[in-house]
Amino acid sequence: MGGLPLLSLVTFLPLAGVLFILLVRAQDEVAVMNIRRVALITTGVTFGLSLFILGAFDTSNPGFQLVEEIDWMGGFFSYRMGVDGISVMFVLLTTFLMPFCILASWHSVEHRVKEYMIAFLVLETLMIGVFCALDIVLFYVFFEGGLIPMFLIIGVWGGKRRVYASYKFFLYTLLGSVLMLLAMMAMYWHAGTTDIVRLLEADFPAGMQTWLWLAFFASFAVKMPMWPVHTWLPDAHVEAPTAGSVILAGILLKMGGYGFLRFSVPMFPLASADFAPLVFTLSAVAIVYTSLVALMQEDIKKLIAYSSVAHMGYVTMGIFTMNVQGIQGAIFQMISHGFVSGALFLCVGVVYDRMHTRDIDAYGGLVNRMPVYAFAFLVFTMANVGLPGTSGFVGEFLTLLGAFQVNTWVAFVATTGVILSAAYALWLFRRVVWGQLTKVSLQGIMDVDRREIAILAPLVVLTIYFGVYPVPILDACAASVEALVRNYQAAIEAASQTAALVPSALVH
Amino acid sequence: MYSLIVFLPLVGFLIAGAIALWGARTTIPAPVGGAHGHHGPDDHGHGDHGHDHAAHAHAAHDDHGHDDHHAAEPAAPGSRIAELVTTGFLIVSCLLSWVAFLTVGFGDGETFRVPVAAWMTSGALVVDWSFRIDTLTVMMLIVVTTVSSLVHAYSIGYMSEDPGRPRFFAYLSLFTFAMLMLVTSDNLVQMFFGWEGVGLASYLLIGFWYKKPSASAAAIKAFVVNRVGDFGFALGIFGVFAVFGSVGFDAIFANTEAVAEQSMIFLGAEWHALEIITFLLFIGAMGKSAQFLLHTWLPDAMEGPTPVSALIHAATMVTAGVFMVARLSPLFEHAHGTLTFVTFIGATTAFFAATVGLVQNDIKRVIAYSTCSQLGYMFVALGVGAYGAGVFHLFTHAFFKALLFLGAGSVIHAMHHEQDMRKMGGLRSKIPVTYWTMLIGTLAITGVGIPLTHIGFAGFLSKDAIIESAYAGHNSFAGYAFMLTLIAAAMTSFYSWRLIFLTFFGQTRADHHTFEHAHESPRVMLIPLIVLSVGAVLAGMVFYEAFVGEAQGEFWKGALLYGPENHILHDMHEVPAWVKASPFFAMLFGLGIAYWFYIADPEQPKRLAARHDALYQFLLNKWYFDELYDLLFVRSAKALGRFFWKAGDGMVIDGLGPNGVAARVQDVSARVVRLQTGYVYHYAFAMLIGVAALITWAMFAGGIN
Repeated sequence: MGGLPLLSLVTFLPLAGVLFILLVRAQDEVAVMNIRRVALITTGVTFGLSLFILGAFDTSNPGFQLVEEIDWMGGFFSYRMGVDGISVMFVLLTTFLMPFCILASWHSVEHRVKEYMIAFLVLETLMIGVFCALDIVLFYVFFEGGLIPMFLIIGVWGGKRRVYASYKFFLYTLLGSVLMLLAMMAMYWHAGTTDIVRLLEADFPAGMQTWLWLAFFASFAVKMPMWPVHTWLPDAHVEAPTAGSVILAGILLKMGGYGFLRFSVPMFPLASADFAPLVFTLSAVAIVYTSLVALMQEDIKKLIAYSSVAHMGYVTMGIFTMNVQGIQGAIFQMISHGFVSGALFLCVGVVYDRMHTRDIDAYGGLVNRMPVYAFAFLVFTMANVGLPGTSGFVGEFLTLLGAFQVNTWVAFVATTGVILSAAYALWLFRRVVWGQLTKVSLQGIMDVDRREIAILAPLVVLTIYFGVYPVPILDACAASVEALVRNYQAAIEAASQTAALVPSALVH
Repeated sequence: MYSLIVFLPLVGFLIAGAIALWGARTTIPAPVGGAHGHHGPDDHGHGDHGHDHAAHAHAAHDDHGHDDHHAAEPAAPGSRIAELVTTGFLIVSCLLSWVAFLTVGFGDGETFRVPVAAWMTSGALVVDWSFRIDTLTVMMLIVVTTVSSLVHAYSIGYMSEDPGRPRFFAYLSLFTFAMLMLVTSDNLVQMFFGWEGVGLASYLLIGFWYKKPSASAAAIKAFVVNRVGDFGFALGIFGVFAVFGSVGFDAIFANTEAVAEQSMIFLGAEWHALEIITFLLFIGAMGKSAQFLLHTWLPDAMEGPTPVSALIHAATMVTAGVFMVARLSPLFEHAHGTLTFVTFIGATTAFFAATVGLVQNDIKRVIAYSTCSQLGYMFVALGVGAYGAGVFHLFTHAFFKALLFLGAGSVIHAMHHEQDMRKMGGLRSKIPVTYWTMLIGTLAITGVGIPLTHIGFAGFLSKDAIIESAYAGHNSFAGYAFMLTLIAAAMTSFYSWRLIFLTFFGQTRADHHTFEHAHESPRVMLIPLIVLSVGAVLAGMVFYEAFVGEAQGEFWKGALLYGPENHILHDMHEVPAWVKASPFFAMLFGLGIAYWFYIADPEQPKRLAARHDALYQFLLNKWYFDELYDLLFVRSAKALGRFFWKAGDGMVIDGLGPNGVAARVQDVSARVVRLQTGYVYHYAFAMLIGVAALITWAMFAGGIN
């Protein structure tokens, strides 16, 4: 595979699927089915191809690999792609989740199937691009561009209040992205390059780091989302179609965390150290606050959305511990949350497709008629609760372990999340799945069919597999994370030495 | 061999689980009258009883008649296979455990590790799946596998009318696997895995009859209250890693001396490192072992089927906290403050639970409070440093408490799922084997034996050892513990005999039909009772020397660590004769009162209750802990959640942020008809402008650089 631009292939393969779909002109049932099949095959092949990235990836190398570079615009900005231990698993997570999204939309999306599938395929390209881009302009285009198909997905195929939801989404994101753009300009002005690899080596002055850090923080904090800029997420989730929620929770939320790891921590280490207490506070508040809010939700999707905010609190906390356990835990938590929350939204989708309501009160006693569904839902609920043996545990445990070494208050408050998550998740499970099946409307509900089993079964297997054997993910990112931590500490040390030198210099 | 012992139950779980899942899928009742039709009478015909009773879960009368309604449903396919596979595997596992026990406990092997696989590695943190085999482990192995295999066998009879048997046996085996992982763990994280794994199994089994609201509520309560404990346990693990740089037992135990004087900052204050770590870990033990303040889940856990109560909520899972403290004795030996706290909590629990047990009317709840109280005894022993005595009581208690629970199950089975002792009586002749075995269990728990000798039933040796150790203990709560455990011994005797008298003696208070049809349980249920009776008689006498006597050093081989100035095992044998004899007289006193109240003058308790109504209500309502916690935690958490949601998210954040801005923007763009495409257009436009600006900037400003 040496000569092939593997990353570009994986990134742009979905666009080839778009071309095929555009060729379909007919409007009848056969044509629509063909569009679905093309989309499924495209995402499937993309996933298959992305496995080659894993094959070619050397886990002992902390630097960027599979790098591609083509000059553009007279060398000002280049098309640069590459992955390291931090980004490679996100690429795979994206390609892995996409076929499930297509399958989940098989019957539930009836109108404008063609546009829907195109939106998803374009979205896939843009999302993979975010994780592969090694140039800030390219990153910016992918990062912000990915929101357009997401707007469309929520705005066109969403629920009743989709306009409000996309409005909110827009307002939040706009502010962040403007600031990030300004920061990027400033970075270019200072370092004279848009190449991320060279920017990582650039040494920004401490005062400038503060402002750059804040600008990036504005964008990433909204994306995460961190408390208190999280309120767009529950609305967006509630209105999005099932597959949209899966992508939103599974991939788009991870871009914020990825951004922190790619830009904030390595490029602005001094500012990161200064602002770590702020991030800790917001994370700890997020975990407790949103868990309590989740407890009281009446809408299944909203409950899971709030629980996502709480789980992302562990991620931001872990990243800013600046130690190996915290950061590896944060990465693991993002990957694990990617498929666990995705799976939970898929579970909601299963019953939504049948009953067309997300009200918790409309359900109850589903286990009586849907035992297989109940089993899958239980596994994902337990992963959400962070039960050891499921993938949800590893990330939570490592981030908390990392946090404890930095600040016991943060670890203490954040660990209360394990109590609260048990409360809201099990209460939801009880209200939806357990009990008598007394509601008239539920008497005829059918258990998961073969298509739904095909969606849920691999996720169940992965949830338990990575819970018992998380080594593949931890190994993939170990070298890069260790390098990140090393560089960070070196930067802090260098700064403190300079600071120590300054007074003595003044004396002379 | 150790892998077989641990993983056979897992295999059993997987097989039975697959059968259950497949069976459940094939036997879903067809929708009545089509997908949108009215539901027929069959659909809600059974199981409705649970509903309206749920409001007053503490009243005894709602516990009857819950599982008999399943009788109408057909058994799940493959029930027999699931039963035989799981039970068979467990019996093999049990036999292997006894082999291990005899070779390790009475051989001369060193502690050794059995590596299984890697789990997680992150920087300095290395966690592997592996087994640590020493005397403490193999002792727990035989407790767990023996009781579990007997409970499996017993359940074949007890659950024979339940349609969900494959699921039930799958859960039982899952529990056993998790418990075995817990006791064989070689590091704190694997222990935590087992710890939460048994919690999951307990949750699933308490909620086994998921149609009953009271059962599912109890299941959640058990899980969440345990999580409060796990919160402490997790923080303790983090603390251990911060201090030792490892979570493996070998590394921890090797370095306790080195860090004994170290301090650490926790929550802004400076603490003695090992004191705070052991304190946090002990919070975990309090949750799992239902100690005072975190005990509220255990009585409610009786909503689960009775064999579950015997296995999980009496003999094994609830003793995990005791096991943990014993396992970490090298740490606790350096934390005298924590040990004092352990003594205090243990003694308080022993006393508190016994007082509540005096007045309960539900046969299972009496035994549940008795379990809670006995666990308190074990912690008293650990707290004064007599680890061997604590573990010894764990060992003997497993036999006689499982026996009492299974006996109670047999009574309930005979009485067609009646659990209220006020509706029993006179069953001695109806179910003689159950009667005799339960009598043996009662003789064991109350501690019948010949004072000043080592001849007696299991509880006589182990419980008296604890009371003696409390007397001989040196910490500031040892005297308190001695007093309370002695009083609790009298109360133990009272409520245990009360149970026997109310159930088996006197005129029956059951209705005529139920009493006439009361029948002895099938052989598959009686054999486990008889096996456990043998344990209840002999476990104390046979193993006394090894656990706490002269031979303890070569039996434990360092698995329990006594510090150089800890002479408790010696001192407890030297206590005055009146101390040694006092538990015996406390027992006689309790028996005498019980005889007076329930045989000689059955009207006496009612008069007494009427005269001291406030006290009676206080005890009957379990010191009002449930009401208090409901107010303090459940309601306030809900209120806070609602407040954060409506006021925090809704008014403050959205009101000041997006909605306020949105309202302004909406005014401006009111004429835009297709709003959503409008946004996208705006957005794409903004982004393009941005890119253009960036490039322009670069072209001009970049030239300067």
